[in-house]
Amino acid sequence: MIHFVVHDDGDSVGVVVVEGVKAGDELSGWIMDQDQDISFQAASDIPIGHKLAIKPLSEGDTVIKYGVDIGRVVADIQVGEHTHVHNIKTKRW
Amino acid sequence: MSLDLNNATFQGYRRENGRVGVRNHAIILPVDDISNAAAEAVAKAIPGTLALAHPYGRLQFGADLDLHFRTLIGTGCNPNVAAVVVIGIEEGWTQKVVDGIAVTGKPVTGFGIEQHGDHETIMRASRAAKEFLQRASECRREQAPLDELWVSTKCGESDTTSGCGSNPTVGNAFDKLYAQGNTLLFGETTELTGGEHLVADRCRNQEVRERFMYMFDRYQDIIDRFKTSDLSDSQPTKGNIEGGLSTIEEKALGNIQKIGRQCIIDGVLDKAEIPGGPGLWFMDSSSAAAEMVTLCAAAGFVVHLFPTGQGNIIGNPILPVIKLCANPRTVRTMSEHVDVDVSGLLRKEMSPDEAGDALLDMMLRTANGRLTSAEALGHREFVLTRLYESA
Repeated sequence: MIHFVVHDDGDSVGVVVVEGVKAGDELSGWIMDQDQDISFQAASDIPIGHKLAIKPLSEGDTVIKYGVDIGRVVADIQVGEHTHVHNIKTKRW
Repeated sequence: MSLDLNNATFQGYRRENGRVGVRNHAIILPVDDISNAAAEAVAKAIPGTLALAHPYGRLQFGADLDLHFRTLIGTGCNPNVAAVVVIGIEEGWTQKVVDGIAVTGKPVTGFGIEQHGDHETIMRASRAAKEFLQRASECRREQAPLDELWVSTKCGESDTTSGCGSNPTVGNAFDKLYAQGNTLLFGETTELTGGEHLVADRCRNQEVRERFMYMFDRYQDIIDRFKTSDLSDSQPTKGNIEGGLSTIEEKALGNIQKIGRQCIIDGVLDKAEIPGGPGLWFMDSSSAAAEMVTLCAAAGFVVHLFPTGQGNIIGNPILPVIKLCANPRTVRTMSEHVDVDVSGLLRKEMSPDEAGDALLDMMLRTANGRLTSAEALGHREFVLTRLYESA
């Protein structure tokens, strides 16, 4: 069963694609571009469609998804933690 | 078995100017807001015709007025439209819209309300509408090669599943259609923010690239001029954020998946401008669904591919909007809006090629006459883009 997907193996985040992920759950992931499997433990409850960090991220770091910059980290994020508007922001506008 | 597009055809309506439509609407087109009542009365008197009410058309000027006319005329010219009755408050601008549509050779006539009033206008316009509807009813579908189908795309209420599921499915379909010589369109200028360099790199040549960057920078200037924040809650929208998208860059990179991996951007259009040949075109446009799809229809596109994540429910009066979705929750909770379920992609139960083929198969069925979910549900959003205040 695939709990989350990652676009590219250089990405710092993955996307949860099932409902009901809770902190502590063991999650299986699929890196789509390289067709590889990975797994992590969820560090927070994460709704379907929302992201989890697959690398530790510190304030000021750039978040990578699709192999491209999608914004900056505004609060430290540990692996498996919910990654969204509370801890990352746009670099534009 | 994969879909063979090489000899694919569809059953469409060949219009007087040679373009092929997939719907056969007789429309009542108001020039301005105050003519909506008469237009709607005609559509009520002659069931089977369709009034395209809208809130604009008075005291516009300059580029905003040009766009208003281009959108109304383009809508009337669209090959999904068999015939048009135009109604405006006065005869000058009414005739301008009639003349613009008349170049297609399709039946079109106009009525000005001043010096007649609503009653007489509704009576005269209803006589014309009845005749046009009967003429339209004798139009017959005929076989047309696949490459005569003009296909546009725009996504809405996107979430992260759009970027990994439904948008790449459109990209897969666009790559296949591009190889067949179809005319294809995408847009959503501000929603490329963060991925504009990737779009620029896909342009056919330096001239197209410069034109694209001109349109992109022009829209960024508008954002910079009017913004009061970093646009959180507007772009991405509340729905996008609910669906897990955190920044405009993330949304843009998902959005760009719709133009596939092989298509080249052959040209750049202004809003509601009609492309001059086959290939993939970028149209400068708002990212608001109804505005953008209305512009696609005005540019002559006859079928629209609309990926959604959280469940945008939009339709258009004349352009069939095919919804596809990869979010299993949306597919479950909003199934009546989803034409193609590609959620299997995220479970590895479906390959990108299979998803693209499923979408193309639904596109051909829709072109042949199958009503989309949006059509069956009565979604007919007709939303004109405004550039600035009226005079």
